Amino acid sequence: MDSPAVEIIGLVKRYGGTTAVDGLSMRAARGAVTAVLGPNGAGKTSTVEICEGFREADEGTVRVLGLPPATPALRPRVGVMLQSGGVPPATRCGEWLRLVSRFYARPLDVDALLVRLGLAAHARTPYRRLSGGQQQRLSLAAAVVGRPELVFLDEPTAGLDPQARHACWDLVTDLRAAGVAVLLTTHHMDEAERLADHVVIIDGGRVVAEGSPAALTGAERQLRFRARPGLALEELLNALPSGSAAKESPAGHYIVEGLVGPELLATVTAWCAAEGVTADDLRIERRTLEDVFLELTGRELR
Amino acid sequence: MTTPDTAALDLTPAPGAAPFPRMVLAQAGAEVRATLRNGEQLLLTLVIPVLLLAGFTLAPLIDVGGGSRVAFLAPGVLALAVMSTAFTGQAIATGFERRYGVLKRLGATPLSRAGLMLAKTAAVLAVELIQVVVVVAVGLALGWRPHGSFAAAALLIVLGTAAFSGLGLLMAGTLRAEATLAAANLVYLVLLGAGGVMFPLSKLPESVRPALEVLPISALTGGLRTVLSGGALPLGALGVLAAWAVLCLGLASRTFRWE
Repeated sequence: MDSPAVEIIGLVKRYGGTTAVDGLSMRAARGAVTAVLGPNGAGKTSTVEICEGFREADEGTVRVLGLPPATPALRPRVGVMLQSGGVPPATRCGEWLRLVSRFYARPLDVDALLVRLGLAAHARTPYRRLSGGQQQRLSLAAAVVGRPELVFLDEPTAGLDPQARHACWDLVTDLRAAGVAVLLTTHHMDEAERLADHVVIIDGGRVVAEGSPAALTGAERQLRFRARPGLALEELLNALPSGSAAKESPAGHYIVEGLVGPELLATVTAWCAAEGVTADDLRIERRTLEDVFLELTGRELR
Repeated sequence: MTTPDTAALDLTPAPGAAPFPRMVLAQAGAEVRATLRNGEQLLLTLVIPVLLLAGFTLAPLIDVGGGSRVAFLAPGVLALAVMSTAFTGQAIATGFERRYGVLKRLGATPLSRAGLMLAKTAAVLAVELIQVVVVVAVGLALGWRPHGSFAAAALLIVLGTAAFSGLGLLMAGTLRAEATLAAANLVYLVLLGAGGVMFPLSKLPESVRPALEVLPISALTGGLRTVLSGGALPLGALGVLAAWAVLCLGLASRTFRWE
């Protein structure tokens, strides 16, 4: 039990001329939820599929529960949810889960699992007639039905409606409470912030930041308020202690960063009074994971 | 309104693979159900063979070269049935399983690739058993009186299944699913026409006959016709089928792409 759930050192994966994963190193602890965050094309799926044993690493070392990923003995111990597909379109929802459960020695109760994920009413529906969210939940159910020690979830909540997302989050929370290690990839910052013990942000096939959500967002806080757009911030900046920053983003939304405390708050409200504006929605908050993510990976679309 | 019985869900890790035979049986059962539920597959595996047998027995449209029409047609239709399941049906189903990521997903379960292949073979044999029962019943009703070694017929069918499965998996594991669909149907039609199923090879030009005689369908049809009319097991047909089986299964195992 000493080895981590997943350990990746210097992983490189190339497809033809493009390098999808470029010297990535990370760990996922046992019994914890690790979220891999990154923009599209960051190398998330390649990394996860190498851990799942579907693809071979070009360079580097990957150990899953202490073993090379393709080891047959890992199959009963590791649950897998693919990003999409994996189920024959004509197969009924309940039949597929029952079939997968028969490959394991001590599977979960199939009917109870269907109820738990809101699929009981669709047990006889062919996979192709399920909604996208129902298909995702079936794949999630199939990943956990064998009572694994470690579960890989590749974008588990992509395309889910809010209720289904919460059902998925609750299941991940319960898996963690039961001692199952979960490694999930996601685009959703709130998902990572809410579920993960450890967040790994990757971009361009490398780790750009990692830590607990709290450590990543930092102790640094922000003061935010709304007011009419186009206020001149120079005077405010002059009044604030050095090292502070103030910006308008987007129009009419103001953010002041620095040593956020009573003094800074007083300075800002005094400036507002001098400018003759009323600050709406004035609040002090931590940076969100989304702020960190966009700072690290850039705002431009790609 | 019932409340979900979450108490029944103990998520505590308890990993373990089911016993190998149970995994294989579960997968084979799922494959048989999928085949029997698929309308196009049933058309190919049961409806067409039965229609050909009944239609051409009752209506003297083709020249079977003398003798009982049903005694000529029934073994050919049995061979056709084997080909439709082991080759055409299996190639198309496996091609689309690959395309939909089903093979990939199954690869993440404790069911090994060997186990999956064994399950597919068992499912093919189970469907063939249903086909044989139906075709033989229809043949008997039409006056067919087979006599000879049924063990020899079973041996030919098993070897034919291996040869056709190899050919089907070779296609499914290398071509795109749509290409497999088209090619598997085309090969089925060509072999139906050129393999001595509906009319004897002796009706065809002398020059092409040697090539046609080494087709797996010709070997299976000819072999079944011989052993089901009291003849001895033809070693030539057995050799042809064994050669196809070794060649195709060997090539398929080397070239099969699971994703």
